[in-house]
Amino acid sequence: MSVNKDFFQPERDFNYDFQSTGKPPTGWSEAARVPETLVPTHCCFCGVQCGMFLRVANGKVIGVEARDFPHNRGSLCPKGVVAYQQVDHPDRLRYPMIRRGGKTGELERATWDEAMDYIVSRWKQIQAEHGNDAVAVYSGSSMTNEKCYVMGKFARVALRSRNIDYNGRLCMSSSAVAYARAFGIDRAPLPMTDIPLTHCMLAVGVNIAECFPIVMQWVWRARDKGAHLIVIDPRETPLARTADLWLPVRPGTDEAVINAMLRQVIVDGLVDEVYLKERTNGWEEVRAAVEPFTPEEAQWLSGVPAERIVAAARLYGRAATSLIMHGKGIEHSSHGVDSCLACINLALARGQVGKPGGGTMMITGQGNGQGGREVGQKANQLPGYRHIDVPEERQYIADFWGIPVEELPWEGAAAPEMIHLMNDGEIKSCLIACSNLMVSLPENEVVKRALQRVDPLIVVDFFLSETAELADVVLPGTVWCEDEGTTTNLEGRVIKINRAADPPGESREDWRIVTELAQRLGRGQFFPYQSAREIWDELRNASRGGKSDYYGITWEKIDEQGGVFWPCPSLDHPGSPRLFTEHFGHPDGKAKMFPIPYKPPAEEPGKDYPFRLTSGRVVYHYLTGNQTRRLGFLNSQAPEPWVEIHPQAAARLGIVTDEVVRVRTPRHSMELKALVVPTIRPDTLFIPYHYGHEHSVNQLTNPAVEPNVKIPEYKACAATVEKLSAPAAPSGPGDVTINFTPENAPKMFPYEVGETKEQPEKESKTF
Amino acid sequence: MPVKTLFVDPSRCIGCRACEAACRECDSHKGESMVMVDFVNRGMSVATQPTVCMHCEDPLAPCAQVCPVMAILITPDGVVQQADPSRCIGCRNCVYACPFGVPKFDVKARLMKKCNLCYDRTSQDLKPWCAQVCPTQALWYGNYEEFINQREGHAVNLTAFGTQSVRTKVYQVLPEETPLLDLAALLDEARAKGERGAGNQPREEAWVL
Repeated sequence: MSVNKDFFQPERDFNYDFQSTGKPPTGWSEAARVPETLVPTHCCFCGVQCGMFLRVANGKVIGVEARDFPHNRGSLCPKGVVAYQQVDHPDRLRYPMIRRGGKTGELERATWDEAMDYIVSRWKQIQAEHGNDAVAVYSGSSMTNEKCYVMGKFARVALRSRNIDYNGRLCMSSSAVAYARAFGIDRAPLPMTDIPLTHCMLAVGVNIAECFPIVMQWVWRARDKGAHLIVIDPRETPLARTADLWLPVRPGTDEAVINAMLRQVIVDGLVDEVYLKERTNGWEEVRAAVEPFTPEEAQWLSGVPAERIVAAARLYGRAATSLIMHGKGIEHSSHGVDSCLACINLALARGQVGKPGGGTMMITGQGNGQGGREVGQKANQLPGYRHIDVPEERQYIADFWGIPVEELPWEGAAAPEMIHLMNDGEIKSCLIACSNLMVSLPENEVVKRALQRVDPLIVVDFFLSETAELADVVLPGTVWCEDEGTTTNLEGRVIKINRAADPPGESREDWRIVTELAQRLGRGQFFPYQSAREIWDELRNASRGGKSDYYGITWEKIDEQGGVFWPCPSLDHPGSPRLFTEHFGHPDGKAKMFPIPYKPPAEEPGKDYPFRLTSGRVVYHYLTGNQTRRLGFLNSQAPEPWVEIHPQAAARLGIVTDEVVRVRTPRHSMELKALVVPTIRPDTLFIPYHYGHEHSVNQLTNPAVEPNVKIPEYKACAATVEKLSAPAAPSGPGDVTINFTPENAPKMFPYEVGETKEQPEKESKTF
Repeated sequence: MPVKTLFVDPSRCIGCRACEAACRECDSHKGESMVMVDFVNRGMSVATQPTVCMHCEDPLAPCAQVCPVMAILITPDGVVQQADPSRCIGCRNCVYACPFGVPKFDVKARLMKKCNLCYDRTSQDLKPWCAQVCPTQALWYGNYEEFINQREGHAVNLTAFGTQSVRTKVYQVLPEETPLLDLAALLDEARAKGERGAGNQPREEAWVL
């Protein structure tokens, strides 16, 4: 949660600005800003993808206007209001740049021809010497489906490299795999507009108020109808502030609470036995597995008072319709998949999944987080949520693309593993699009070393991100409203982004850049696109018959219906807002339940590092802040990170608000301002993660990953906080509790390229 | 026709300042924000409070009453406008007179500035920017009947300052007097029927509110 501005500028005695500070100028000084046209589109930021109009005059985007779209009803958060200011931002990259003097040189202006020729000649040379897999693509999920699809196809068809992955790995991969394992389909099973139908909401590790402000209006609609709200979170977030029950959990121990709630639901006889018998498999194992989780045991593990767990279980269990919403708090974990499965078990035991307004709902973080993982840019996936390991699905896509199936690469490294392959010299060159690894990946120092070993490192972005600063070639891309296409929001609703302005300077749409590279690599025949629409039509057909079937979703239908929910298998199909109403996605139509044992986070506090450090968002910034830190209004509200610390802990250490303190973990240390507030557990520290360089919390976080999906554990590691006057002890191993290390964890990095997966692991991905 | 006005419910405010950002998009103040969001006491809570002009009705808006040059005009539907630039002499009487602390004096422009309920938008049946974007609908625009049909909470438009009361066009929303959920009973039940025997319960961690 943020603070008043006097925290950042101690001399100011008020919190109020007539005008936004800093750039870009809002344009009011020059003109009255009367729009000629209103272009209907959506916000470029989080997974909610609010509808908005852009005000356009003389081909320039001059402002924003509310758009009454079904899921945001005209509302916008502050990020959405000022999103348009990116369009003519002075920091925009307007021409390609090359580091001609090698790694120590400066980035200099270049022509597109020079940049493209350089990239392609280097790639050909590298691939001839080291094999096709030595060139990798690291993509992102804040792009349209069309761009994401082209990225996947580019890596596999033009580069013929197995190493393609995307930043959704760091975001949603836990819940994606949990849903695929439990339900057979990875999608939130119900639309946001269903939330008011519920009688009890359980928010687990999701700060809806700050990360998805627009979802709050649906939460409040439910509250107005009398629904109860339970929040499980180590911090008293604005959502928890108004909840009926707040369960302040130790970071990384949510499974204990959820399992204990399920046990209490069983004890109280609130289980829907008929539903479990008819619609699920594996209930008996789950029932046995939660038996040891008495409220007292859960209190011991999680720090939540036992009474509250029991009260929460009854409040949840007695509600006729109940909805669990979960987010990054439980997913950014070395057992993220299990935590999501524990939530699913609880909802299934109450017979909720498939009911209008009931069940579980993952709150996807990135703009196109849902679409980005379905259209084939994930290491193990092909378009339509097809799996690269399944022979029939491989064959289908190879035939569709017109390449021999043996030419289609196999699964490559996941995003965090690519860093290690770069460090080991297996990946010689990497194309990074729509990602800012230098802020987003844990252990920034290691990431920097790895990226510096990659030559050439090519970054496509529209602002010079912390990662682009290290690049050998920087290619200017476009912001969202300079291109058209579709995205899939957190409900699975496919929506349409429209073009409102032309790309500035020499910048080009990302898909044109990649198409051009493919042509120069001699694979142009597979990328004959002249417009985003052609890519969409190809993607629709590629996904046909897959789990995420987009075939029936035409751009016209999106406009007519206010978005279309996949699966939509035929042109006359209206789409599927609610899933699992009658059957689940597995062949037998039943949901699978998995017994979930308690697993601690990989690193827990010890004598030298007595706190748990967790990280998260503030409402003013989006992901690595490369966009929002450049927008004056947003940046002035939260220009730098801070560490939240409880008054009891602060008093013990003699720390006061506004004081600059040092936070240290076994990896690194950083200095930042302390905010002493009672809205956090006394054993927990919180730092927002949107900042770069010396302000990046990911200097400190633990690079341990979930063994299956490789999502890093951003939300829990051991740390200590000290006054600057304390002697600067070097960050080092010290006394921490290591539960789980790269050495003793199964299938952790370093990743063996070409490894044969063991059957259970393979099953977890094959759906 | 029922009168549309603004309803302010601080309990729903999440402190996102979307209202401040959106207020800058309004034609009537051209890039300047007339709404304020403040943490009530960040050292205690994450509670935040949006402040907008309350558009006092009875007695007549104090800011307009004290204006020596009649620069603050009131529309027939009760919207108290900001100072007319051609009349305002920059005396700041209004700043000191306002019981809610709303008018701000822009030193550079030598002009009092405050919310005029997005008159350019509301006159065209659009919502004011702040209520239009508010993600939680803590700022809500519409008429009283609609509000009480849809929402929890008591909407009041009478504020008492000592012995003097001010009736305003804008409503503040107070929480329901009886909470929907008897939490104490639920926790008592959890203690009584808990698995462990009565009397040897560990105390809740002292810091849990």
